[in-house]
Amino acid sequence: MSLIEKHRNIIDYTLSSLGRRKGKTFAVCLVYSFIIFLLASVVFFTQAIKREADLLLREAPEMTVQRLEAGRQTTVPAAYADGIGRIRGVQSVQKRLWGYYFDSLTGANYTVMVNASLNGREGQAIVGSGVLLRGAAEGESRKIQAGDSLPVKTYRGEALMLKVAGILPFASELETADLIQVSERDYRDIFNAEAGRYTDLALQVRNRKELATIATKIVRQYPDTRPILREDILRTYDAIFDWRGGLSIMTMAGALFAFIILAWDKATGLSAEEKKEIGILKAIGWETGDILQVKFWEGVSVSLTSFSIGIFAAYLHVFVGSSLLFEPVLKGWSVLYPDFRLTPHIDAYQLVSLLFITVLPYTVATIIPSWRSATIDPDSVMRA
Amino acid sequence: MILHPGVISLLIGSLLVTIMLCYSAYEGAIIARDWDINSGSERQLGLERKTYLVSTMMTYAMGFQLLSLFLFIATTDALSHLFIGAMCAAGSLNVNAFGYPTMLLKLANFVLGGIWLIVNAADNRGYDYPLIRIKYILLICLSPLLLTETLLQGFYLLNLSPNLITSCCSVIFAEDSRSFAAGLATLPRQPAQLAFILSAAAVLVLGIRFLRWRKGAVLFALAVLAFFAVSLASIVSFVSLYIYELPTHHCPFCILHAEYGYIGYPLYLTLLLGTISGTGVGALAPFGGIASLAAILPSIQRRLTLLTLLCFLVFLLLTGASIGLSNLDLSAY
Repeated sequence: MSLIEKHRNIIDYTLSSLGRRKGKTFAVCLVYSFIIFLLASVVFFTQAIKREADLLLREAPEMTVQRLEAGRQTTVPAAYADGIGRIRGVQSVQKRLWGYYFDSLTGANYTVMVNASLNGREGQAIVGSGVLLRGAAEGESRKIQAGDSLPVKTYRGEALMLKVAGILPFASELETADLIQVSERDYRDIFNAEAGRYTDLALQVRNRKELATIATKIVRQYPDTRPILREDILRTYDAIFDWRGGLSIMTMAGALFAFIILAWDKATGLSAEEKKEIGILKAIGWETGDILQVKFWEGVSVSLTSFSIGIFAAYLHVFVGSSLLFEPVLKGWSVLYPDFRLTPHIDAYQLVSLLFITVLPYTVATIIPSWRSATIDPDSVMRA
Repeated sequence: MILHPGVISLLIGSLLVTIMLCYSAYEGAIIARDWDINSGSERQLGLERKTYLVSTMMTYAMGFQLLSLFLFIATTDALSHLFIGAMCAAGSLNVNAFGYPTMLLKLANFVLGGIWLIVNAADNRGYDYPLIRIKYILLICLSPLLLTETLLQGFYLLNLSPNLITSCCSVIFAEDSRSFAAGLATLPRQPAQLAFILSAAAVLVLGIRFLRWRKGAVLFALAVLAFFAVSLASIVSFVSLYIYELPTHHCPFCILHAEYGYIGYPLYLTLLLGTISGTGVGALAPFGGIASLAAILPSIQRRLTLLTLLCFLVFLLLTGASIGLSNLDLSAY
């Protein structure tokens, strides 16, 4: 009998023996799949949101310069921009104005930003698709449309009506949903911002290799500034999301342990029927090694089934169901962000890490029980 | 420490493998001490049962060890962008002093573990457990190495701290951003190419000689080991250049990236598998005289030799194809 033939017969036997113990197999598979589902959801979500952040930040300026005052971020005088613009290698310096506006009528936080193309068109605004307008009835609000008037309360306490001149395209939802773009004068009116001062500076640099040198020069020239490279932001985001994902996995360690104890228990507690079965197999000439192979294939089929179910469910959960269970914990961003679908992406690396966290502990937990059942003395079992 | 899912799985994995190995070594020590095949005592029967447990555990442990080598490289690769100046695993392994030792020890343990499995498989085929003492003494020798690996890997992973935005970024800029430059020693290209071709030829000739005349198993194993070392050096020295199509990029890890069609995985897998089976041929050679193995051993060695030659052939075809299909012309360098 060839080796493949032998294994085929053993697998055949294993599957039918698992089928005879439907209840037990089902219970283990159910819990196993659930554990894998939880862990895989976290891993998939973390990876997908990292990719999303990466795509978003690709558009960000190569270097942002902030000014600090007593350790806190403050506005940058226009003179800084001129000085930095004269540093060799700096292609352009963009003075940016942006801030957060809390709309007490709808209870939402918006990002207000100056759009240079609106300068001279005071009183007009371009808004993101997530911006809401308070309706006529109590507690009712609807999505804003072009032509609507958006009431804004300025920092001086006055009311400013902004006419919606356009809605930002839907494609970049995550980035623009909460955005309100206004002219520079309107911005300074809303936030009572001092003229000649800006939120931060965005730099374009001719040669990326010079970024570090330019940053050093900026700090030397203006010691109260803090240059931030796009790579630094990316790195920080990645670390934060990894950390959140890792922390969630750690909190699930308890559940994982409980499952391992369950697996151990189920594998140890052989019924009299199963013991008899193994005894008869050995009596008709099966060797210990063969029974161990049965147990091996048993583990493989249970793990493979649960792994596939768990991974499939996690995929649906994260990429179709918008990660209902973990979104608030892992995303941790503004609540306003609308439902957005993450781009589905799974790679072998994620699967192998998940395999290590789930299948390896399960396998280790079942080795000793399978060996015990494989070395049962046929004589004593059948006599009992 | 970085709480990355890959880091957690590596730590869990190596912890469990170490526990299995320590337990196996402990049981192995008892078996090696008290083993007496001629005895029919309760104790001897118990030990015979235990050998099944140890074999099973070691098989699983080595299976996961194989995966963990690649998981380790993939994880360090995935973490590389958290460190300034690191662009792939080469950079992140250099972040602290434990990275490269862990990597090398993992590689060595991988090969040694594979050889142990071959000895174990041969022993299981003999009816009177002919190699039982030897294989458990080998296991006891192997365990400190694996234990060291787990510790080194733990130190490496726990001592990683990413370069994040701090309240004053100039601290980072003040450092030389190239301080993590890999600095992998590269051999001059022409001698490396010559050594690569010569060692490949030696493996082929000695392999065929062994298959034909059943002579020179140890010599063949030595040639395989030499080819393994030369191949690793060659990948750094010239094969990588052709894959990247860049005369200056020598990295042995970037070939695992998607940009290069994951060519590194089949390259390293065939090289490692071939090395394990090839050295296994030599490791089994001293036991040819044992009566219960005399009939089985030649067929095992024959199969292992064929496997080695097949793996290396695939490896050579892959390297040949990467060089042949490359747009890089190094004749000017």
